[in-house]
Amino acid sequence: METAQKILVPLLAILIFLGLWEALVWINNWPDYKMASPSDLPPAFMKYKALFISGGWETLWRTVAGLVLAVIFGTGLGMVMGFSRIARAGLYPLLVGFNAIPKATLVPVIALVFIGQYDFNTVLMAFLISFFPIAVSVGIGLSTLEPEYRDILAALGASKFTIFRKIALPKTLPEFFGALKVSVTLAFIGTNLVEIVSPHGRGLGALFLSGQTNSDYPLMFAVLIALAALGIVLYYAVVALERIFAGWAERNPG
Amino acid sequence: MTKFIDIKGVKHAYRTKNGPLPVLDGLDIEVPEGTFCAVVGPSGCGKSTLTRLVSGLMKPDSGAVVLAGEEVASPRKTVGMAFQNPVMLEWRTILQNVMLPLEIVAPSMAKAEAEGRAAHLLDMVGLKGFENKKPSELSGGMRQRASLCRALVHKPQVLIMDEPFGALDNFTREDLWQTMRDLRAAEPFTCVLITHDLRESVFLGDQVVVLSGRPARTQYVLDVDLPADRTIDILYEPKAVEMLHLLRDQIRMAQGRDGDMH
Repeated sequence: METAQKILVPLLAILIFLGLWEALVWINNWPDYKMASPSDLPPAFMKYKALFISGGWETLWRTVAGLVLAVIFGTGLGMVMGFSRIARAGLYPLLVGFNAIPKATLVPVIALVFIGQYDFNTVLMAFLISFFPIAVSVGIGLSTLEPEYRDILAALGASKFTIFRKIALPKTLPEFFGALKVSVTLAFIGTNLVEIVSPHGRGLGALFLSGQTNSDYPLMFAVLIALAALGIVLYYAVVALERIFAGWAERNPG
Repeated sequence: MTKFIDIKGVKHAYRTKNGPLPVLDGLDIEVPEGTFCAVVGPSGCGKSTLTRLVSGLMKPDSGAVVLAGEEVASPRKTVGMAFQNPVMLEWRTILQNVMLPLEIVAPSMAKAEAEGRAAHLLDMVGLKGFENKKPSELSGGMRQRASLCRALVHKPQVLIMDEPFGALDNFTREDLWQTMRDLRAAEPFTCVLITHDLRESVFLGDQVVVLSGRPARTQYVLDVDLPADRTIDILYEPKAVEMLHLLRDQIRMAQGRDGDMH
């Protein structure tokens, strides 16, 4: 019953959404260049099946690569900020300022600096846009560790590294995964941003752009749906990791 | 009896924006081996600083803390600590939480032996059957019991407790006093207990040290000559009541008041 609820209810919600969308287009009698309807999408998918698969793969691996870099760098930066008050005071304004820059403005900058390095540029953007939440959450998680937690082991003469490994690190994991859920979506946006703004014929973003250029509106909508699906997959992959590594933080209701 | 813990003329001040803030000013406490020393005093008088000094987490500005004939300069493995907040690692089971100090103190100990030791202590404090529960499934009193087990699992020579029962309701607290008494009978250790509960200090202590208001110095030392196998009832007997009155007066003095205000 519970499993059925978990699968059937979201499935039903999606079907209702598609039904309403279809109805909206039919009632208004919109042509597909104004708004494609769900029934226009399967033909578009079938027509460009190979492109969807290769584009989807390119978008996926670049997003994941950028995210992995963001996790490594963000965690490192968060550790530095979490352990050193001076580093925190110095780095915070820089980070906030950097985070405030609309990342679209960075696309031409990056494209000029690393000219022709399309894969690298895309991964770099996914990384740049997504490391901030991770760094902040790890930093805050470590700096707000209650002194008693530290003292349990410090009073026995344990090293700083041992305290970090046995207490600070696992204790920060729920915050880390909370940030990772935000970051995974951001990284995805970063990848697509580069694929669309700086066209080089790769990824789902480029497929979207070619739909636009060719006035193939069903294709554009199909890409949007494919992006949404990929986003859902990435998000739930993070949720699955969270269950494995920080499942203890979830309380049983009731 | 020998002085196992010897705190001699300890002075300490915290550096703040408004200059040094002296918290301890001439603290002298002697605790013979295997005895229980309860420390009481007005709030904010530097009692918690005392626990950090004895455990070696901090060094005093002047004076010395001597433990088993050696001056305490850094944390040592022969100390166990319990705090008012019984911090438990939420990602570990109760048994794994209790075993934590062994991972630092005796990393080579066989897992089965460590588990046996931890399970034995949990049994003694009445937590048998809760070994594999998560901390969030336990009540505050049960968590504090588990925290006591964690403080004792590596058989420390010295147990330092900083208001461990402060956040519990009265009946749970009295239960834990008796648990404490039984633990002491089962495995001897020297204990320093910081508390603001005078009944607790008389029930558990072999001596009660009264600290003055901040900056704290040793104001009064009371020898509690009650039998070791005390029950809660003893607190209502004339001898204990007399001690409680005496301590109450001392606390009033420590607070800077000479008699009852009414």
